[in-house]
Order: sequence, then structure tokens, then C-alpha cells
Amino acid sequence: MDPECSRLLPALCAVLADPRQPVADDTCLEKLLDWFKTVTEAGSSLLLLQENPCLVELLFHVLKPQDPSPRVLSFVLRLAGVFAAQENCFQYLQQGELLPRLFGEAGPLGGAAWTAPTVRSGWIQGLRHLAQHPSALPFLGDCGAVDTIFSLQGDSSLFVASAAGQLLVHILDLAMRALPQGHPNPQACDWPACAQKIVHHVEDSLRCTAAPQLTQALNVLTATFGHCHGLWTPGLWVRLRPLVARLLEKDPVPASHALVDLLLSVARSPVLSSHCDPWETLALTLSRLSPTQSGPLALGTLKLQDCPQALRTQAFGVLLQPLACVLKAAAREPGRPGLPDGAADDSVTVDMLLSSKSACVGLLCCALAHLELLQPLPQCPSPWPQEALLEAVVTVLRFCNGSAAPTSDMGGHLCAILVGCVRVQRAALDFLGTLSQGTGPQDLVAQVFAVLLEYLASPDSSPTVLKKAFQASLGWLLSSPETPGCRDLDPQAQRFLRELLPVLQKRLCSPCWEVRDSGLEFLTQMARHWGGQAGFRQVLLASEVPRLTRQLLRDPESYVRASAVTATGQLSSWGLTAAPAGPEHPGVQQSLLSELLHVLCTDSEGFPRRAVMQVFTQWLRDGHADVAGDSERFVARVLQAASRDLDWEVRAQGLELALVFLEQLLGQPGSRCPYAVAVPKAAARPLAQALQTLCRVQLFEFAFRALFDCDRPVAQKSCDLLLFLKAKATSCGTPQEDRVIPDVSSVEATLQKWQAGEHGHPLGDLEPEAVMAVLRSMDLEGLQDTLAESSDHMEKSPQSLLQDMLATVGVLGENEADCY
Amino acid sequence: MKLYCLSGHPTLPCNVLKFKSTTIMLDCGLDMTSTLNFLPLPLVQSPRLSNLPGWSLKDGNAFLDKELKECSGHVFVDSVPEFCLPETELIDLSTVDVILISNYHCMMALPYITEHTGFTGTVYATEPTVQIGRLLMEELVNFIERVPKAQSASLWKNKDIQRLLPSPLKDAVEVSTWRRCYTMQEVNSALSKIQLVGYSQKIELFGAVQVTPLSSGYALGSSNWIIQSHYEKVSYVSGSSLLTTHPQPMDQASLKNSDVLVLTGLTQIPTANPDGMVGEFCSNLALTVRNGGNVLVPCYPSGVIYDLLECLYQYIDSAGLSSIPFYFISPVANSSLEFSQIFAEWLCHNKQTKVYLPEPPFPHAELIQTNKLKHYPSIHGDFSNDFRQPCVVFTGHPSLRFGDVVHFMELWGKSSLNTVIFTEPDFSYLEALAPYQPLAMKCIYCPIDTRLNFIQVSKLLKEVQPLHVVCPEQYTQPPPAQSHRMDLMIDCQPPAMSYRRAEVLALPFKRRYEKIEIMPELADSLVPMEIKPGISLATVSAVLHTKDNKHVLQPPPRPAQPAGGKKRKRASEEVPDCKVVKPLLSGSIPVEQFVQTLEKHGFSDIKVEDTAKGHIVLLQEAETLIQIEEDSTHIICDNDEMLRVRLRDLVLKFLQKF
Repeated sequence: MDPECSRLLPALCAVLADPRQPVADDTCLEKLLDWFKTVTEAGSSLLLLQENPCLVELLFHVLKPQDPSPRVLSFVLRLAGVFAAQENCFQYLQQGELLPRLFGEAGPLGGAAWTAPTVRSGWIQGLRHLAQHPSALPFLGDCGAVDTIFSLQGDSSLFVASAAGQLLVHILDLAMRALPQGHPNPQACDWPACAQKIVHHVEDSLRCTAAPQLTQALNVLTATFGHCHGLWTPGLWVRLRPLVARLLEKDPVPASHALVDLLLSVARSPVLSSHCDPWETLALTLSRLSPTQSGPLALGTLKLQDCPQALRTQAFGVLLQPLACVLKAAAREPGRPGLPDGAADDSVTVDMLLSSKSACVGLLCCALAHLELLQPLPQCPSPWPQEALLEAVVTVLRFCNGSAAPTSDMGGHLCAILVGCVRVQRAALDFLGTLSQGTGPQDLVAQVFAVLLEYLASPDSSPTVLKKAFQASLGWLLSSPETPGCRDLDPQAQRFLRELLPVLQKRLCSPCWEVRDSGLEFLTQMARHWGGQAGFRQVLLASEVPRLTRQLLRDPESYVRASAVTATGQLSSWGLTAAPAGPEHPGVQQSLLSELLHVLCTDSEGFPRRAVMQVFTQWLRDGHADVAGDSERFVARVLQAASRDLDWEVRAQGLELALVFLEQLLGQPGSRCPYAVAVPKAAARPLAQALQTLCRVQLFEFAFRALFDCDRPVAQKSCDLLLFLKAKATSCGTPQEDRVIPDVSSVEATLQKWQAGEHGHPLGDLEPEAVMAVLRSMDLEGLQDTLAESSDHMEKSPQSLLQDMLATVGVLGENEADCY
Repeated sequence: MKLYCLSGHPTLPCNVLKFKSTTIMLDCGLDMTSTLNFLPLPLVQSPRLSNLPGWSLKDGNAFLDKELKECSGHVFVDSVPEFCLPETELIDLSTVDVILISNYHCMMALPYITEHTGFTGTVYATEPTVQIGRLLMEELVNFIERVPKAQSASLWKNKDIQRLLPSPLKDAVEVSTWRRCYTMQEVNSALSKIQLVGYSQKIELFGAVQVTPLSSGYALGSSNWIIQSHYEKVSYVSGSSLLTTHPQPMDQASLKNSDVLVLTGLTQIPTANPDGMVGEFCSNLALTVRNGGNVLVPCYPSGVIYDLLECLYQYIDSAGLSSIPFYFISPVANSSLEFSQIFAEWLCHNKQTKVYLPEPPFPHAELIQTNKLKHYPSIHGDFSNDFRQPCVVFTGHPSLRFGDVVHFMELWGKSSLNTVIFTEPDFSYLEALAPYQPLAMKCIYCPIDTRLNFIQVSKLLKEVQPLHVVCPEQYTQPPPAQSHRMDLMIDCQPPAMSYRRAEVLALPFKRRYEKIEIMPELADSLVPMEIKPGISLATVSAVLHTKDNKHVLQPPPRPAQPAGGKKRKRASEEVPDCKVVKPLLSGSIPVEQFVQTLEKHGFSDIKVEDTAKGHIVLLQEAETLIQIEEDSTHIICDNDEMLRVRLRDLVLKFLQKF
């Protein structure tokens, strides 16, 4: 330990022991404990205690018949555990009878402090730290800790209850690991007393009819098989399996969630799955649970690596059942490949679907979500019934918007339940989007586009449903095959686009800003993908969309303005612009560039300004026509605006733009892709000329200001930029070497003032020589290292922590964070 | 109790309820969809309309070409528009005692009923209903009277001729009863028969029933009605809304415990959610105006327009439409906008509180102040000077057959830049547009109907739990166009009773009790006797006095004085004869004790038989039989009156008299 910390420690311990000086902040104690953990991991705890007797005194102090604060008591319990984790230190503390007094019945366990959850949690965590070596086991037995832990499993605090369960698992693992290695699967009677006690308790709980105890036992077992992979685990499972199987005989199956977790944990455990075949139990469980309960189990089963094919088929069948029922209810036309046989005839699923609105909605949402999760996984079942699923999800969506006309009674009933149900609409649209990764027969894809259009056009679609409909539409447009030869959209997608644009047009005028926003995002994505394709361009330019998008640059909602900036930027990149001819500005033709500059200079919100900077950077990178003509003037104007911005992200983006400009002037730092589109640039310009240009656009003033920016990311970026420039100058050779070194003292003086936070001073006109001289004289590498360290590296040192705690002692803060 | 159904239109009801001794008309709606069969009445000469070809039969017979004109494949009557009145033959309307009006849309047939049927009763309605109803009638009369039409077609109504006409004229019902619009004089006379009422006010009708209006949440002053006697309660729910719009919220609690709930006036567009429609309205409006087009909104001068103006008030700035003029053109535009601001007590809570600030409850005041909304009585006069395009025009009539809207349809119909947005759900927009085809302007259908939808109805019925529900037949099955939508009908237990036009329904409950009051002095004289724990009885001798359907028990008159004077009594002063009443008996006869008593009194050879209902005591010697049952005792003996009386007295000893 640092001598300075050793010096501060006695005072701190005294403070902690003094109930009149409450600790202001819980997080200090947490940090202190973390520090002690690092110290004890690095060296001997015993030595630490011997060198710092104040620590032992602190441990003893809380046992005195006074009321220590619950926080300090909790801290001390955990600290004692941390020290006792090392066996010799454990023995040392045992000698002083300290541990039984802290953790035994004579300790806080019986006192008033025990009512505080933080103390109970500290007690558990202390024991958790302590139980690292076999000698801890007799201690736990002697002080009756295991019984207390049993009772804490049902604690009113969820944190305490969960920690108690985990501690039981930890103790069981410790006890079983202590067994002689010779017996891979010893008889239960050979198990250590502590382990036997825990297992008996679990067995009793499994026989119990009360749901909380049952759930606790199942959770303990789940954690045991999830974390412990010793050879003893198969023995335990074989012993408990009959009890678990008995639960499956009950109707309804109790604690089904916890049971599903347990069975999946057993199946995932490499030791168990190889020693005792869990598949039969899984199959039985799948058939016994109700459709809503069995969904998570089916999904978990399908994710298992070595699952037998028959079980996979069964599990997949469970997930497909609700959708199979939907298809059956819709009396689908025969002839299409369907879902596995029998799936639609499951009467339990049908009953559940029709029993009530909430049951139906819950079951369908779960089925859709599970299938959506499954589809992209490598374990995804094959063959994947893409066609039937597509048809089912389209049917669900039609039930939900009332456009389906089912002839069967069940269909009519489902329709009445689902019509207008936003939850199912959302889940189905999500899944429909995921299904776009596959394909489908043309007529079915046409149905997909038709139903998407219905949702996009319907006035009743809620903003979230619309957003999801836009996302799914994009997915299906992206997946639609391109027309051979011309890389254009296929006729079906083309038709969809033609019908979609009037809808999008209307959505861009929606009174609801979320709708306008998602419409613009969708437009941006479409333009990004198909901006260059003739079919898309034709349809888009024939619509009002480009003009409306431009009008939305003046939207009252900042998110919408930001999206409009991105969208117009994207459209303009592809030459898809519209002249503004709004009612307010008849005849005024304003270029988009100046309009976006206006947003950058005047918008009161950060999002639109950030979006403008991104668009400008992209334009500069792509050599956008409006920019390439006079990129120097463009960069100068943008940097001037960005340097004044209060939003650090705008300033950081300004540096990004400056870097792009630099690269274009001087060549890129890395090797360029030989096939990249040639950008009009002055790459061949000599360095001196380039530096002149940079001075003219005042890039250096911008970069130097940013270097001393109060926001670290800005400073870091600027530092990188200047280093790049410095490196470039060095590699090109500096012609100035022969000349007289200019006087840069005034520049350096200004920079020092900036560093001191006085940003008001101007830098004045800079000459390239002066800039290079300043760059050479600055320790940019050192600055880069400093900036790379996190901003609180000074405050993170243990010494600083101890000083802080001492300084704030007695100040009752408002930081009442619950940190147990 | 009977319900006479005089209207087939579920949202424009007209029913008559016979309850106790009263005859109550519930609403007086006027079905104006009949006007869709007529040609529009243009405000300025329309060459297009006046040059439409006359219609001739397939065989070329053109005798109807003066009356019927053809336009884009549809045939229209070229005459003054006529309305389909409620049924007048089903019941003698002069016997109607009162008419209860639930909202201003449901009183448009009032002048036809009050002025032409011999009606002598009273009409009850709230103040906003009357005032806004007057505006609607005034507008209607004005629209029709300012475009006088010389011709009145009647030939086509001939049943034999009507058969030959194309649809929908061929299928139009009861054309012979269709009538032209009433006059302002008739309106004034009808409205003078209205008595104003306030929410929750109890109005006694002849002492027989009590009627109470309750807030229905649909429009300014709109009400549901409770019609109740002491032991029966009928609720009449017509045009109610649970949405938060401008009127006071609906009072649901008072509808509880109804024997019968008559449910009319649900939303006409159950699949359209008003919120979505308002969004659609705003989007399409903005889209059109931004493109330099004009927007025409055919609407009534009151109601949804207040909410639309409020939405636009919030929307126009955000949509960059602040410089677009909004015009509201109606002969009653000014009154409607001003009336809405003065009915604070009838508004929702939010708007009521504004009045105390003080601020106008509706933001359209600010729109007017800032010149964003301008209103004119008609397109003539000031409007033509101020008119600036592109603009948004709100004007009537939603049927597109009369009113200033006809002019705008003719003016703007040819350009695809313009849009007509239908927000009123009363007329089919396709039928409304038929005489304007071919039409280049865009048509958007955004029906905004805030009345109850079926989900809300089902919640309402669960909440108020009426014993029986009665509703128009349209509500008991899904709409014909969406026959699979089982959710678009009333689903309740027991199933709702349905009615259709010209049907008489016997309501499914019987009246069993009548309340009778007892005078205090008479009550004082009663001596109740407890015959069972908690049940006391007393005999009452009194005179039942019935007046104005109220029944009162009064003390009986004193015995008549011996006639002293010679003066003859007038018949009316004669008091009824007071017969000496026999005492009432109660109690039961314990058989064993009775037999002992008989033996004590010298009867021997007594035999007792048990029967299903009691006992038979046989006096074999006397050849007499005493049949004792729970509620009667019979002594059967042959011609021995002495014996009978003796036995009777023995029986009476066991019973209590009072």
C-alpha cells in the first residue's frame, strides 16, 4: 500500500467508526471496498492487517454496543469478508473470534440494524467473499449461517433474496469441490454436511406447494447448473430429477418460468448434457406447458447446440402453433407449402387464442417475437417455412387492420379480437421486416407490399406502427431483386414505390412530429440506396416529396429539422433537389447550401446543426457540386460557424470536416482505394501552397481553439488533426528550414491564454511558416497522451479517494443512492 | 309500455314512447339524405348544370326530361330539394304530450311535427341545443329560399313511374311523403314551443313520470334523457361521446339501473378513429395548400368545426401555413362562432376554466383577431373583395346540394390542385359528388364522428347494466359492406331488441307497482301490529284520492250528520258510504289444540286427516268437515247454520283480528 494511504487510513477508520460523523456518500464506501479488493488481490491480507492495526480496530469497533450506521456496518461486513478470503487471514481473524461475532447470531444478525436491507446484503456479500477456502465451511456450519441464508431467500428486498440464492450456490460449489477428486460421482451420503443440508433444503422446497419456495429452489438449481460444471453436478441432477418431473404432472405446472430456466440451464451445461440425457425431460415439458409458457422453452431448446432433430422439430412446432392457427382461421387457399402437420389442430392453442383479448395478444406477440429472434441465428431450423410464415404474418396484419374477410367462425372471432391492436401490429411488422431477409413467391411479395401500403396509408396507424411499417418496407424494397442489366428495382417494387410516394407525401405533412420524422428517415434511407437509379429518381421527382422535405427544414420540431437536413443532404447528393417555392417565399430561389448554412448559424437546437455538419462533411468528401466549385470558401464559412457553436458535437464534426479538407489538399494518411471515385482536389499542390490555403480558411485558428476546448473529444480530435499535419509537413520536408525562423511568441502567448480558458483573444493572421514553427514547438504527442487519459484519472487514485472522504466527513449530502 | 319507431335513420331518430299515461316523442330527426337525389342549387347561374340533358326512358320516351336530368350516368331530380319526414301515420301525433330533444342535429324535423300534426304539447331541450338548432334551421331555410326554383317536380314520384327510374331513384322510400323545406315562420313558431332545461333538472310530466336531461358529451348542450316513474326507469341514449372534445363530458353514472335503455346515435363510421381522421385532415389540407391549391371543407356551421379550427390553430404555425386565409362562410357563421364562446357552463372543464382567466374558451377567437380566420354570411358582398387564393373554405351544406359550397365546387372542381375534404359523416361523399362529375379536384374522405363506437358501447353497457337494450336494427348486425366484422355490432346479454321504421315495439317489462302517499293524520291513526319479526300490518280505512297521476290516501270523512236542513246536498258533496269492515284475520290454527277445544265443547268422534296443504278435521257424528289450509279454512256442514257459526267462532278464537 502506498505510504501516503497508510498514513491517511487511521484517520479514515476513526471517522468510519464514529457514528457522529456520518459518511456522506455511499459510493465512497463502494470505491473504498474496491480499492481494498485490489490491494488484497495483489498482496497478503494478513500483512495488510498487521501493518494497519486500525483496520482490525475498525472491524472490532462495530461490535461495540452502540449503533453504527447501517452503511458502515454493511461496509465492515463486506470488508471482513474480503480480508478473510485468504485462508491465513481467515485464521488470524478467527483467533480473535471476530468472524463469529460479525457473522454469527451474536452479531448484527440479532440486532436492530438487521432491519436495514443494506446490512443484510452486506452480511451475505461478506460471507460470499469469505467462502473461498475449505476451512470456511466448518465456520459456516458452526455459526448457523446456512439456515439464515435459507430464510433470506424469501427476503422482502429482491437484491437480498437474489444474493442469498447465489450464496447458497457458491457454498454448495465450494463444499462439493472440496470432495476428494478420486470419486467422479460420489454417493450422496459422502457429500459434505454443508452440501447435504443445502440439497435437503432444495428437495424440501421442491416438494412444497407454496410457489415462492418452489421458485427459490428452482432458481438455486438453475444457478448451480449454470455456473458449476463439476463432475458432481450430474449426481445432483439425477437425485432431483424425479422431484422436478413430479412438478410437470401438476396442472397447471407451477412456477413455469423458473422451471423453464432450470431445464434450459441443465441442457446447456456441458457436463449434464453429456452425462444424463436432458432431452426427454425437455420434450415432456414442451408437451405439458401451456402455449404461452412453452414459447420461451421452445426458443431456448432450438438455440441448443446438440439438440436432437426430433426435439427441434417439436420445439419449432410449438413456436409455429399460434401462426398455424391463424392460417387455419383465415381458411387459406390450399396449395401453398404450409406449416408442419398438426400444428394448426392444437386445441389448447386455439382455446388460448380465443379465450380473451389479452391471452390472444400475448400469445401472438410472443410467437412473433420468438420467431423473429430465431430467424437470423445459425441454429435457425431448416427448412424454414418462409412462405407459410409470410402468409401468416400478412394474415395477422390484415386481421389487425380489419381488412381480412375470414369465412370461418374462428377467423371472425380472431378478427374481432385483433382489430386495431397496436401491440400485435408492432410485433407482426417487426417480424415481417425480419422475413425480408428471405424471399417469397411473387404473388405473396405483392401481398406483403399491399399490406404494408395499407398500414402506411391508414389514418389509424399509430406513429410507432408507422415507423415499423416504414422499416419493414425498406427491408422488402432492399431484398427485392434488381432488374437484370440495369440495377434498377424490379417492377413490383417500382409499383410499390409509385403508390408509396403519395402516402409519404401526406405523412410528411402529418400533425404528429414522430410521423414526419420517421417519414424523413425512410426517405433518407431510400435515397441512400436508390438515389442513382433511374426508376426511383423518376418517381421521386414526379412527386412533391423533395419540395416538402425542403420545407421541413423549417419545422417547429428540432428532431424533424435534423432529419430534414439529413434527407435534403442525401437527396441533394444525388441531384434530387427541389427549389423552395413555399407560400412564404414565393419566387425566392435560395440555394440549399445557404439554407443549410442558415440552419447551422441560427438553429436554436443542437440536432439540426449536427446534422448540417454531417451533411457538409459528406458533401465535401463526395465532391458535391455546390461545394466543389469553391471548396475553400465553403470550408471557411462552415468552420467559422462551427467554431462559435456551443454544442461540442458540432465543433467535433467541424474538425472532421477540416480533416477531410486536409486530406484532399495533402493526400490521405493511409493508402487510398485505387477504385475510389476521384475527388476533385488539389492533392498535387505543394505543401507551402496547401498551408497557405489552410491559413486562408482559418483552419488553424479553428484547430488551435479546439485543442484547448473544454470538451475532451474535441481537443483529442484537434490534436490528432494537428499531429497529422505535422507528420505530413515533416515527411514532405520543410522548405522553411533554410529561412529565418519567424517570431511566434505572440502566437504562443495567445495559445497559452486560450489554454488558460481566455478564449476572447484573437489569434490574428497566421503565416504558414509561423504555423509550422508553432506546431514544431508544441508537445502535441504529450498532449495526446494526457488527453487519452480519462478525465477523472487524477481523482481516481486511492489517495484522492481517502482525502475526499476525510474532507466530506460530516457533510450530509443528498446522495441517498441505494447501493447495496 | 310501447315504442313507436318513426325514423329508419339510426343517427336521426324519431321515436315515440308510451309510458304510463304519457306519450313522449324522443327526438325529431330529419333525414336529409333524400336531397342527394336532387340537382344542386347554384348561387350563380351555372351553364353546366342548366345545360344538363333531360333523362328519357329506354324506349326514348322523354316525358320526364323536364323533371329529371342526367349527369355522368346519374339521374337527378331538377327541383327544389325535399326531405324525408318521420313516419306520421303510425301514431296520431296530436296525442304526443312532450318532445324531448337530445341534440341540435336531432331536432331538424321539429317544424313539420309541431306545425302540421295538431301537436299541442311542449318541447324540452337545453339552451345551446335550441340556439344552435335555430342556427342550423335558419341556415337551411336561407340556403334554399335564396335560390328560388320555379319548378317543383312531382311526376316522377308516381309509383308506376318511379319503378321505371334508374337506381337510386327507383329505390328511394316513401317519396310521396317527402316535403319541401319549412319556412322561417314555421321555424319560429316551432321553437316557441320549446321549454329550456338544464342538465339533471327534474321535470314532472303530469305527475306520472319524471324526465331528466343528462350531459351526453357529443355536442354543446347535447343530452341523454332519463324517463322514470317511481318504480321504472327508461334511459334514452342518443348521440353520446366519450372523447375529450369541447362539450361537457358524458354523464354515465346516472344511466345505471335502467329497466330499458334505448340506444341510438352511435358513430356512423365505426372504422374511422376521429384522432386519425383529424391527422388525415390536417395532412391533406397542408399538402394541398403547399402545392398552391385551395381546400374546401363542406360542413355544418356548428359542431366538429369548432374542434377542427382548434386543431388548425395548433397546426398551422407548425406547418408553415400562417399566411393562408381560412374562410368560414355561412349565413349564421358569426352567430355560431360567438354562441360557442358564451355557453361556458356547457363546455368541458378545460374550457370552462378559461372563462375565469378571462379568456375565450375556444381559440378561434384568436384566429379571428389575427385575421387568420374570416367569416362571411355568403360569397356575395365583402367576401368577394377579401377573397385570396390559395385558401381554406369552410362552408355548407355537407350534402353539396345547396349553400355556398355549390359555388366553390363549380369554381374549383376543374383543377387537380384543389381538394375537397369531407369531414361530416352524414352523407355518402361519392353520392354527394355525383352531380359534379367529372371532377378534377382531389376528394378526401375524413369523416369525423365522435359519437360512441361499438367498443365504447360495450364498455358503457357493462358499466350501466340495463336490463334490456333497444336499438335500431342496423346496430344488431355488422355493416353490410363488412359482414365479417363481428366487432361492429352491439354485443350484449340479453340480446338487444331491434326496431326499424314504422315498427311498434312492446317493451319487455311490466309495471307492477304504483306509489301511493298517505296523509300524515291518517298515518298517525294507524296501529301497526307485528305479525312476523320485521313485518307489521295495519288496516287502513281511507279515501284514495287520485289527481294528476298522484295517488293519496286521505282520512275517511266523518259519518254523515243527520240531514238537518232541507237544503239538498249537491252530488259532488256526497260522501261515499262507509261500510263496516270486517276485521282481517291472521295467524295459524294449531290442529291439536283445535281438536282439544272441539272436544271441550262436546264434539266427539273427531278424526284428523293430513292433506298436502294442511289438515281435514272430520266431525263424523255431525257429518261436518273442517278443512284447514295455510290461507283458508272451510267449514262444510249440511244446512246447519247454528253449527257452522259455532264452529266458526271456535276457529276465530285461534286467530288474531285487526
